[in-house]
Amino acid sequence: MNIFVCVKQVPDTETKVAPSADKNFIETAGIKWVMNPYDEFAVEQALLLKAQDATHNVVVVRVGQVKETEALRTALAMGADEAVLVESPDLLDSYCTAKALKGAIEKFGKKPDLILTGKQAIDSDSLQVPQLLAQMLGLPSVSVVVGFEKAGDKITVKREIEGGSLEVYELSGACVISCNKGLNTPRYASLPGIMKAKKKPLAQYKLAEVGVSDSDQRVKYSNFRLPPEKPAGKKFVATDEKTQAAVIKEVVALLRNEAKCI
Amino acid sequence: MANVLVLAEIAKNNLKAVTLEILGKLNGHQVEVATFGEVNDQIKADLKKFGAKAIHKLKGGNLDKYSPEGYANALNGFIKSKSYDYVFAGSTSLGKDLLPRVAGMFNAGMASELTAFAFNGDKFVGTRPLFSGKCLADVEILGPKPHFVTVRPNALGLSTSPTASTGEFGEVAVDAGVVKAQVKELVKGTSEKADLTEANIIVSGGRSMKSADNFKILNELAETIGATVGASRAAVDSGYAPPAMQVGQTGKTVSPSLYIACGISGAIQHLAGMRTSKVIVAINTDPDAPIFSKADYGIVGDLFQIVPLLNSEFKNLLGK
Repeated sequence: MNIFVCVKQVPDTETKVAPSADKNFIETAGIKWVMNPYDEFAVEQALLLKAQDATHNVVVVRVGQVKETEALRTALAMGADEAVLVESPDLLDSYCTAKALKGAIEKFGKKPDLILTGKQAIDSDSLQVPQLLAQMLGLPSVSVVVGFEKAGDKITVKREIEGGSLEVYELSGACVISCNKGLNTPRYASLPGIMKAKKKPLAQYKLAEVGVSDSDQRVKYSNFRLPPEKPAGKKFVATDEKTQAAVIKEVVALLRNEAKCI
Repeated sequence: MANVLVLAEIAKNNLKAVTLEILGKLNGHQVEVATFGEVNDQIKADLKKFGAKAIHKLKGGNLDKYSPEGYANALNGFIKSKSYDYVFAGSTSLGKDLLPRVAGMFNAGMASELTAFAFNGDKFVGTRPLFSGKCLADVEILGPKPHFVTVRPNALGLSTSPTASTGEFGEVAVDAGVVKAQVKELVKGTSEKADLTEANIIVSGGRSMKSADNFKILNELAETIGATVGASRAAVDSGYAPPAMQVGQTGKTVSPSLYIACGISGAIQHLAGMRTSKVIVAINTDPDAPIFSKADYGIVGDLFQIVPLLNSEFKNLLGK
């Protein structure tokens, strides 16, 4: 089985974000780049399948800047077999990203039996690429998956919806599955894994080579800015048991009369 | 004036509030509604009141349950038979999953998770948070129409003076086409409460909760004030709460009217997920905890003492 895992490289969750001088993106200097946390669940799921059947080939595909390749190196060190990098500018929109992934998978030449992705990237937060990619490839998709079982050709997945409820899907044949936290526990790359990763093949394509041109742009961002800061709030000390009740009374009264939210 | 379709989501005979939020904000445009759900008289009246000119109930085989392909095929056929400039939906579990697929069928652009939008003449400009709300940006959609948009629940608010329209109701036959990924079963969640992303009030617990059992006091408080219970990443990773309850950059982004953070220090990735809450109350023993910088009302104290007191004070207030 050819398993493709689509990964993105994003700023670490601890990153303090600041708009760039031209306000067309964020200031990227000094940012620590990591694999999108949701993509780790996708990589892990592929490796769990490979552990059951060593003939599975796991290819990680990433569309993004070339300057750092942390996400792909991490995936290879975790145990993926091969990697593909499509060189693109920052903030490529979802449509172009999906089209580039489709182009890269086709150009790579192995027919996908399963495509795994994270449910969303934690930078652009669009939640579009997995479904768009599936549509472009003419494949079924299930998103926000927290349960995955494979028995023969049949795959049963659980999709998380509102209130923690689950939709259980059954599929057979190629499909796109986007993974959520709770699906599995991603492994850490081992030292031998990291050493081996250096020798694993990495194909590199340009956007034009995977069929994406400027006319494919569908979304334009501008005016990046920090959200408005709230004025400083009121702070009460309620460490003394004698004064606690009075403080709580006051806060509840403020919630009703000042904030009018209860 | 634009021709707009709004996808209305109806679950258990309830219209999702985000549908009305969107409709209210679109007053002045030619707005129609399509839905796969059962449209009762109350829902018809609400849609009409908020400006729906027509209500199209989409009917066909294999559409009783949601499936990404079936709903997308059906909606694709319906939209093709009309000429809409924009298609809107709420950024709900269904909207997030479905709309990108439909947009892809039109090779059209889509803006996700908007928290505000405006039409300047013919030009549409949306506002959306990126990096889980650590920053905001303007977004425009390019390329062929219709353009697709999802709007985050609780962001726009309900219009207090919507312009009513005719709300003409009709059924439309649609084709679900080939569906390879089919829902076989629905497993109910443990909570009957509103989902975190749609909740009006959230009570959230952090690492200081110390155990899953201790969430009981948050559940009791939540029960009193009709809240949904959430958790920080630290609490989820410590096994005190399931991942579905996580608020933050690697969990859910929420914007309730009231967010009560209990024993949450306020890591940057948590603040990103809840900072758009309208009113924030923080309870923490550490007076320097970063959460206090975002709190409207900060209480320095032990949550195990404060939360039960809050609960009884709310009970007094609400006469429970």
